[in-house]
Amino acid sequence: MNSAVIADTMNKDFVLAVEGLTVSFDGFKAVNDLSFYVDENEIRVIIGPNGAGKTTVLDLICGRTKATTGSIRFKERELTKMKEHEIVRAGVGRKFQNPSIYEDLTVFENLEISYPKGRSVPGALTFRRDRAVKERVQEIAETIFLADQLDQRAEYLSHGQKQWLEIGMLLIQDPELLMLDEPVAGMSVSERKKTAELLNTIIKNRSVIVIEHDMKFVEDIAHKVTVLHQGKILSEGSMAKVQADPKVIEVYLGH
Amino acid sequence: MIKSDRTFFLRPQDMIGIAILAFLLIVILPLSLDNFRLQFVGKYLTYAFVALGLVLCWGYAGILSLGQGVFFGLGGYCMAMFLKLESSSVEATKIQTTPGIPDFMDWNQITELPYMWQPFNSLTLTIIAVILVPALFAFIVGFAMFKRRVGGVYFAIITQALAAIMTILIIGQQGYTGGINGITDLRTLNGWDIRSDSAKTILYFVCVALLLACILIAYFVKSSKLGRILVAMRDKEDRVRFSGYDVANFKVFVFCLAASLSAIGGAMFTLQVGFMSPSFVGIVPSIEMVIYAAVGGRLSILGAIYGTLLVNWAKTSFSESFPELWLFGLGGLFIAVVLIFPNGIAGLWQTYIAPRLGPLFGGAATRRASPPATPPAPPSPSAAAPAAAE
Repeated sequence: MNSAVIADTMNKDFVLAVEGLTVSFDGFKAVNDLSFYVDENEIRVIIGPNGAGKTTVLDLICGRTKATTGSIRFKERELTKMKEHEIVRAGVGRKFQNPSIYEDLTVFENLEISYPKGRSVPGALTFRRDRAVKERVQEIAETIFLADQLDQRAEYLSHGQKQWLEIGMLLIQDPELLMLDEPVAGMSVSERKKTAELLNTIIKNRSVIVIEHDMKFVEDIAHKVTVLHQGKILSEGSMAKVQADPKVIEVYLGH
Repeated sequence: MIKSDRTFFLRPQDMIGIAILAFLLIVILPLSLDNFRLQFVGKYLTYAFVALGLVLCWGYAGILSLGQGVFFGLGGYCMAMFLKLESSSVEATKIQTTPGIPDFMDWNQITELPYMWQPFNSLTLTIIAVILVPALFAFIVGFAMFKRRVGGVYFAIITQALAAIMTILIIGQQGYTGGINGITDLRTLNGWDIRSDSAKTILYFVCVALLLACILIAYFVKSSKLGRILVAMRDKEDRVRFSGYDVANFKVFVFCLAASLSAIGGAMFTLQVGFMSPSFVGIVPSIEMVIYAAVGGRLSILGAIYGTLLVNWAKTSFSESFPELWLFGLGGLFIAVVLIFPNGIAGLWQTYIAPRLGPLFGGAATRRASPPATPPAPPSPSAAAPAAAE
């Protein structure tokens, strides 16, 4: 199967190509010789039991953790040698597991900081809140259901709203690759439904990697599922194929 | 849709706050205090520059520096070196073995002016040095620390060590720095006697003007996007980094800015007090400066100024009557701030007083509560009086 995948990669332009990726922490290989490819406009969901290395994979892609060996190519650029902010500027956005927003700032200011302009020190000093910025913030706020909360301090938002705000902060950067770490964890049923709806509107024109535990949610959104186990790929393919894989049932779904 | 829509960097309540402070410093204090006391206020205000820098660096960006005395001292020493050279003319020092160099060099068998001192023959170069030398030093320290992601408590400890090192260096290099005595016997600035009462009054007003200018700079930085990035970094540094910002650059910038502000205060201190010594550089003064900002409110630009004035006023009054009790008082004050009012005087003001004064003072509560009429006028005919008393 591996050779088939590689043959397949030769004649296609992948947005993200991860090859032979390994990271070891004091000898423990959290991610072990991992290879996978993400297509343009694809939603890829990564599942796996706790400690499988899912979050570590995202950390490696966005530069938070440095790879021991292997390569991560994003649109022909090698990410493993770039700094975090350079990776973001290249077009990779990352949402963290816990809502990571600026509690002391308003919703508007949260979104504005993520607006991709004035990212240097002089740029930030001279940044003007012009019409383009306001319109873009307004547009994103409507997408993430927070248009009437723009002047609210972010700390007063509910858990679900904070998750949406962080997704909005990524959207305003307009990344070509969006990575979401458990976007519906801790959400109520109705919030979860709205989030699925949100994800379906924002995936247009970009590739998305999602880590998620909620199988119902995964079924709703995934184009392709990658199952990780002990830092290695256990199975990959459509949700139906993965669910039928005896190895997957053994280590994960069967529990 | 978006209310927070400002085109100018000062909000109305900021302008009123600055106006009240300016009125207090330019009119009320000079009219109500004698020359001797006014000079004390002038000295306190030099520390307010440091507190201002700490509001930006510690309050907004969350970078606690316990070594701001280093930058205060660097600014002060730059100014002192210029003044010392001026008062060490060949005629004034003709009894020395080597006339024309500062007296302490002569006592240490130094026979020509060290290279380090040469630029301080020029006032222009001195003024540039006052601002740039501390900024450059802060840049080197900040770049080395922040690029390696040293932060929080480790950064605080390292800056404290710097304060200690700087004191030891100054004391040890007596021939070049004047040692433990500092640089004393400063007389004139470009021929103008800075020791007379009238000169001290003028210097007081220069100090106030510079402080107000620095306050405006601080407000500008605070209200720019850079100010909001600092707050964001304090809260979620990783989120800022993964929004495409090189976080270290912003930290280096605010640390350098705080250093330059402190140095301006240091230079004004030298001019007003007439000497500079290592006792304003070390760990204890650096921590005291943090306390000024904490008492005033580390999140409030104006609060830090009032905090500096109040703590120093208390220090002077207490040490006049109970000199040995002052340090306990200072310690108690710091504990009280941390435990009872973590946002300092400014926090108390914003919670209890501002809401009663109406929207112009930043009281958001009244904006909603009283729809048609303006909030009830205070019984006193002068509305500014209670505010100024704060």
